[in-house]
Amino acid sequence: MQSWWSLKWHEIRANKHSYFLMAPYMILFAVFTVLPVLVSIVLSFTYFNMLEFPKFIGWQNYTRLFLEDDVFLIALKNTLLFAVITGPISYIACFVFAWIINELSPKLRAVMTLVFYAPSISGNVYFIWLMIFSGDRYGIMNGLLLRFGFILEPILWLKTEGYIMPIIILVQLWLSLGTGFLAFIAGLQTVDGTLYEAGAVDGIKNRWQELWYITLPSMRPQLMFGAVIQITTAFAVADVSIALAGFPSVNYAAETIVTHLIDFGTTRFEMGYASAIATVLFLIMVATNLLVQKLLRKVGE
Amino acid sequence: MNIPFQANTRRRIGRAVRMPKKRVNRSAWGTFSLFALLTLFGAFMILPLVYAINNAFKPLDEIFIFPPTLFVRNPTLNNFVDLFNLLGNSWVPFSRYIFNTVFITGAGIIGHVIFASAAAYPLAKHHFPGKKVLFTIVVLSLMFTPAVTAMPNYMIMSWLGLIDTYWAVIVPAFAYSLGLYLMKQFMEQIPDVLLEAAKIDGASEYRIFWTIVMPNVKPAWLTLIILLFQILWGSDGNGFIYSEQLKSLHFAAGQVVAGGIARSGAAAAVALILMSVPITLFVFSQSRIIETMATSGMKD
Repeated sequence: MQSWWSLKWHEIRANKHSYFLMAPYMILFAVFTVLPVLVSIVLSFTYFNMLEFPKFIGWQNYTRLFLEDDVFLIALKNTLLFAVITGPISYIACFVFAWIINELSPKLRAVMTLVFYAPSISGNVYFIWLMIFSGDRYGIMNGLLLRFGFILEPILWLKTEGYIMPIIILVQLWLSLGTGFLAFIAGLQTVDGTLYEAGAVDGIKNRWQELWYITLPSMRPQLMFGAVIQITTAFAVADVSIALAGFPSVNYAAETIVTHLIDFGTTRFEMGYASAIATVLFLIMVATNLLVQKLLRKVGE
Repeated sequence: MNIPFQANTRRRIGRAVRMPKKRVNRSAWGTFSLFALLTLFGAFMILPLVYAINNAFKPLDEIFIFPPTLFVRNPTLNNFVDLFNLLGNSWVPFSRYIFNTVFITGAGIIGHVIFASAAAYPLAKHHFPGKKVLFTIVVLSLMFTPAVTAMPNYMIMSWLGLIDTYWAVIVPAFAYSLGLYLMKQFMEQIPDVLLEAAKIDGASEYRIFWTIVMPNVKPAWLTLIILLFQILWGSDGNGFIYSEQLKSLHFAAGQVVAGGIARSGAAAAVALILMSVPITLFVFSQSRIIETMATSGMKD
C-alpha cells in the first residue's frame, strides 16, 4: 500500500518546475520576512544586547512593557488612536472618492485619480508639511491665521502637545489614498453594468440604494484587499511622526509603537525588549486584519 | 500568441466602463454635494504639492514674505542653484545621491518583477502540494509592516554581510509581498487553453513562463514597477546604510530640510525633484495600473 507521504512525494516530484520557479522569491521571502518574525518572537522572551548570547527570561519583557513602561502605554494609546481615526476615515475616503471619480468622464477621471493619488506616490515628500506648519510667521498656516486675525502670535504647531496628534493625523490622511484607492477605482470599473440595469428594473430608486445593494456587494474582493492595506498603514505610523514632530517628540506626544520600537532597537540596543514590542505590534495588526476580513465577508450577504 | 488574451481583457473592462446611458434617478442636490466634496478634498490633496512646487521657484524674499503666498510671483531657479551648490560643496557630490537612488530603484525593480512573476505563475496556474499554505503566508505578510521585521532583518543582513551595501535595500525588495500578490491575482485570468496549447507543442514550464505568461502580464509589470518605485525612490536606506557615499536622494533631502529656515528654498527644490519622477511615471502608466488593480480582490 502506498502511503500518503509517498503519494505527496510523487506529486512534489511531478511539480518540481513549479518549485524551481518559486524558489528564488520564496527563499528571499523566507529569509527577510518569515524568519525575522520568528526570530522576533523567540527573542521577545530573552534579554539580548547584541553582544552577549541571548538569555531566556520568560515573560519579563512583556510584563515590563505593560506594567512598568509608561512611555509604551503612551505609544500604545497613540497608535490605537491613530489607527481608530485614520483607519476607518481613510478607508471610507478611499471608497467615497473612488466612487465619485468613477462617475466622471474618462479624461476627468484620470486627472482626479492623479490628484488624489499624487500625495501617496510623491516619494515621501511629507516633509513639505513642515513648511505649512512651520512655527514662524512665514509658515502658511500661521500666516493665514495671523492675516485674518485669528491669532496674534505664531503658534509652534509641531512643538505644542495639543496640536501634534491632529497634525500627524491630517498628514497621514493626506498620504492614505494609496493602493487601496486604486484598487477601489479599478473595482468600480469592473462592476458589471447590466447589474445596474437589472437593479433599475427591480425598483432601485436612487444612487444610494444602488451603492448599497449593487456596487458594494459586487466589490467585496476589492473591499477586503483595500481593508488590509489601510489597516496595515494605519497601525504603522512612524516616519511622518519622526519627520514632523521629531524623535523623540515633545513629551512623547507623537510616540507610536513603531517609534518606541526604533528607540529600543536602534538607540538602546535592548533587542529582547524591542522584539517584544515588535511582537505586540505584529499581533495587533494581524488580529485586527483577520477580524475585519471576517466582518467584510458578511457585506451584502 | 498573446493577442487573443489581451484583446479579451480590454473588451471585458471596456464594456464595464461604458455605463448604461440611463441610470436611476440622480438627484441634482446629491450630484452637487458629491462634487462639492470631491472639489474640497481634491484641493486638500493637491494644494500642499502646489505650494511646494511654487516654493521651489520662489526667490528667498518671497518665501519669507508676510502674509505668505501660495503662488510664486517672480519665478526663479535660484533655489535649484542653491541646492546644487549646497550639495556640491559637501564631500559627496549631488550626482552621487542621484546615482544611488536610481541604482537602488532600478535594480530593486528589475529583480522584483522577475522573481515575483516567476513565483506568481505557479501559484496562479499550477496545482502542487503546499500551494495554499504558501499563498496564505504571503497574504498574512500583507497584514503587518516592515517595521516589525526591521530589527531581526538587521541581524540577518549583518550575518550575510549586506550591511552598508546597496544590497541591504535591494535584496529584500525582491521579495516584497504585495507585488507577488497582485501579480498572482492578475495571472489567474490568463486563459488555461493558452498555456495548454503551448504545453502540447512541447514547451517547458520555463519557456511558457517567459514567452507566454510574461508578455501577457505587462500591465501588472507596470503596477509592480510603480509600487516598488514608490518604496525604493523614497527610501533612505532603512538604517542599513551608513556610508555617506551610498546614501539616497531622500536622505540628502532630509539633510537639506534639517538645515532649517535658511534652507527653505533648497528644501522645496529637492521636494520638487523627488516628487516629479514618480508622478510622471504614474501619469503614463495609470490605465495599466488600474487594469491590474481590477484583479486585486481577495477571494474567500
